[in-house]
Amino acid sequence: MDLKLDHRTEDRLTVVDVEGEIDVYTAPRLRELLIDLVNKGNFHLLVNMEKVDFLDSTGLGVLVGGLKRVRAHDGSLELVCTQERILKIFRITGLTKVFGIYASVDEAKEAHGRDK
Amino acid sequence: MATVELTFSALPAHVRTARLVATAIARRTGVAEALLDEVRLAVGEACSRAVEAHRVHCPGEPIRIELRDDSGRFEVTVTDSAPNDDLQSPSGTANGFISTPAAAEGVFGIVPEMPGLGIAVIAGLADDVEVSPGPTGVRIRMSWPAATPNGVPAH
Repeated sequence: MDLKLDHRTEDRLTVVDVEGEIDVYTAPRLRELLIDLVNKGNFHLLVNMEKVDFLDSTGLGVLVGGLKRVRAHDGSLELVCTQERILKIFRITGLTKVFGIYASVDEAKEAHGRDK
Repeated sequence: MATVELTFSALPAHVRTARLVATAIARRTGVAEALLDEVRLAVGEACSRAVEAHRVHCPGEPIRIELRDDSGRFEVTVTDSAPNDDLQSPSGTANGFISTPAAAEGVFGIVPEMPGLGIAVIAGLADDVEVSPGPTGVRIRMSWPAATPNGVPAH
């Protein structure tokens, strides 16, 4: 399955909906989108991965790269993910300590609102 | 004797094909359903690493993947042909991470932030992993328990 990307900005939070497989072939598209969003002043990103079927280290690298970029602007990059197969790769690499990971977009928005 | 051998051009688009083939053969070999995601991810990581290395050093050379089921385990070997003098360890296991920042940036062009992450993921997924860097390429061999040796379903 190919990668589908969509995004919307609500208040100060930009939600990036990702669907499909994030691998060495498709990850550059996600990276380009994250860079574009940051370049346009969107520094608080929430990547919704609930419809992601596959994620490899290339995808992790893109997310970490995005995190570095938003942090340079005192921003944030957090994730929505409840799928065990995806969460496992974050645990193996220790990245659960790096990313805020939420069970739903609403839960993440609520936490983001509290932090403002 | 390898059950299936596959060679593919060093193009990112082919990594998905390699993942799908490996997963299909793992299933047929009797690898537990719960492990198939691990097989898919580990094979993808090994092939992605090889593709990135070839794109830097030898884009015209194919990458080889061998899938065997004749040892009571499902064994996958991914072999690349890229010179790897950037690998610190001359031989060894999954601990032989790529550690030279400049070289790693070349080999892991798409994830310069986290060189060596792919091999770290493989090491975390497969209980049996061997990374063998050589002067003419890297061989990554990994295996998982198979319930049906030689791919013959038990009756």
